[in-house]
Amino acid sequence: MRAVDAVMECLKAEGVDVVFGLPGGANLPTYDAFYDAGIRHVLVRHEAGGGHAAEGYAKATGRVGVAFGTSGPGATNLVTPIMDALMDSVPVVFVTGQVRTELLGTDGFQEADTIGLTMPAVKHSFLIQHPLELPRVIHEAFYIARTGRPGPVVVDIPVDLSRADIEYEPVSDVHLPGYQPTTEGNQKQIRQAAKALAAARRPVIYAGGGVINANAAAELVEFCLADRFPVTCTLMGLGGFPAPHAQWLGMLGMHGTRAANYAMDEADLICAVGARFDDRITGKLSEFAPRAKFIHIDVDPAEISKNVPAHIPIVGDAKNVLAKLLVEYRALGADPARLEEWWGRIEGWRKKHPLGYEDSTDAEIKPQYMIQALYEATGGEAIITSDVGQHQMWTAQYYHFSRPRQWINSGGLGTMGFGLPAAMGAAVGNPDQLVCCVAGDGSVQMNMQELATCAQERIPIKVFIMNNGYLGMVRQWQELFWDRRYSHVDMGEYPDYVKLAEAYGATGMRFENKATLVEDLKSAIATEGPVLVDVRVTREENTYPMIPAGQPARDMVG
Amino acid sequence: MGEPGTQELLSLEELEAAGGLRTGRKHLLSILVENKPGVLTRVAGLFARRGFNIDTLTVGPTDDERVSRITLTLDGALHPIDQVTKQLHKLVNVLKIRDLEPADTVARELALFKVSVDGPQRGEVMQVCEIFRGKVVDVTKRALIIEITGTTEKIEAFERMVRPFGLIEMMRTGEIAISRGRGET
Repeated sequence: MRAVDAVMECLKAEGVDVVFGLPGGANLPTYDAFYDAGIRHVLVRHEAGGGHAAEGYAKATGRVGVAFGTSGPGATNLVTPIMDALMDSVPVVFVTGQVRTELLGTDGFQEADTIGLTMPAVKHSFLIQHPLELPRVIHEAFYIARTGRPGPVVVDIPVDLSRADIEYEPVSDVHLPGYQPTTEGNQKQIRQAAKALAAARRPVIYAGGGVINANAAAELVEFCLADRFPVTCTLMGLGGFPAPHAQWLGMLGMHGTRAANYAMDEADLICAVGARFDDRITGKLSEFAPRAKFIHIDVDPAEISKNVPAHIPIVGDAKNVLAKLLVEYRALGADPARLEEWWGRIEGWRKKHPLGYEDSTDAEIKPQYMIQALYEATGGEAIITSDVGQHQMWTAQYYHFSRPRQWINSGGLGTMGFGLPAAMGAAVGNPDQLVCCVAGDGSVQMNMQELATCAQERIPIKVFIMNNGYLGMVRQWQELFWDRRYSHVDMGEYPDYVKLAEAYGATGMRFENKATLVEDLKSAIATEGPVLVDVRVTREENTYPMIPAGQPARDMVG
Repeated sequence: MGEPGTQELLSLEELEAAGGLRTGRKHLLSILVENKPGVLTRVAGLFARRGFNIDTLTVGPTDDERVSRITLTLDGALHPIDQVTKQLHKLVNVLKIRDLEPADTVARELALFKVSVDGPQRGEVMQVCEIFRGKVVDVTKRALIIEITGTTEKIEAFERMVRPFGLIEMMRTGEIAISRGRGET
């Protein structure tokens, strides 16, 4: 059979039920194979949309997402989703077409050095040099993408090789001598960690996206409830511990709660699980958690002691390690009473500094209220995606995520335009669930075109644009740190989203009244098919509280 | 610190952090990689991306044709070596990394020196060459090419000696290194 038909067989063997992609010259044979391969293919309008959709699918389902693109510009358009998937550890296989082998390196039409361009953005990549490699490489790509610390893998296929006639034999094993993730966790280290936790008087459990990736939310909850451990999650970890909960401190970091950030600041022991001490978490590194010792659990050994030196490093999958840690911890019979004083302190911060904002006294919709209203209108049950900026932070603060894979956003790379296509992918992967995107008016325009895909494929995402007519987060920083010199952040009233939605074949709505917002949102959700809602919110509202960049957590403002 | 297996709690005060420290000395990393196209680019690209500066780098075949060896040196005063090796380990084509202990390692470098020798200097340069157990591999009226193998220190010492005569150019391969004793590097 043709090599590309073998690729289709591999995809089926990997259990792929949907591919997001766009054909072009260099992947015409591949698309000929898609014609009757029996795999659902969603035709996107821009490769970046396809890449983010594959990410949204992967984040929402835990399965490997797949995106296809052609050579040259098709591949360069995929660079942003590839980097995004690397930063947030999302398992996605990207398959790109390449010019025929004799043209490689000659600046042929639509030629780009895809492997070179994506090298710093991939977990691994393959340039196919012989058609016989293809089946094995496809399986290796899926294996690398989903195991260990998940991430993006690129497979670049020159068009002539994809047409070659090969004998296809199913590949049942992968052999990668240089790739052997450590997943179990060292038992002795785990025992040490249990003892340190039992000795701690001011412990904090700091959980990140690794908990979600490892499907370890249940283990995290069980472990935290084995004692009265205070828990905070990163932006990527939200949903890993159910909010609200008596032991839940809220999100930590730049726009986290004071309770979470102050607890980190005063902790004597911090147990990091699948988190990587990003600068948005630590603030000024030299003054981060100055009294704390660190247990660091991560499947990627390179994360351990990268930013903050670990006292008890544990390399392993969060699910395995937390389960073992629970057993070890229970055997110690630690006395929860030792945490009384610590909880007293935390409760003090909680009472004194709850998340809050000054609500309007008229019909004006405050952005924070918009998220509260959405929480109410959806019963807190929807899968929520977001773009990047103020609306993302408010969503993280006010939509209390209660389960893993409910919250899908671009944390590491901070990719504007992520939310809409990611919602599309999440909805394809979860046809029975309500998927909403909270978008910014700045961000949404960056991948707006996928609304056409949603309309054509009847993917019923509900997109709520938090419209303040600004690049809001940049405006906030200009207000606070650049003397209110609002340089190029005013997006005005363009475009008219209602008309635009209709032009795309979706339903457009505009909400401006706080009093009816919850009902209005419910009506949008009840509307069939894709819906784009323009929610007009306060123009100049700041996201608080906030650790100014490079400052320590105790210097939070707002 | 409590012994493993006991119920004794662990004193937080006694815990010491590991990793992320700068060692302050030169490190010689011996890296086995799969002999596939683009592997060197991945290694070099990783160093560039993470801001690690390579001092010397050599690549060559091994006794197994599927495997190549990269030997590189970098300054442990500037880079946290454990972070460098951990990042390298993440590359799928990297099979094995050893941070070689100087005392347990034989390291050698090859250098070629082109020295200007006008008139009576020739004899003097050749004498220095002999002391360093170098080999004269090319002689012309106005220049000598000398081949030296040895440790980095020896080559640097030779360079200091011949520079005053008029060093036209020098080429060095960078170090290769092998561990002492019966075990494989």
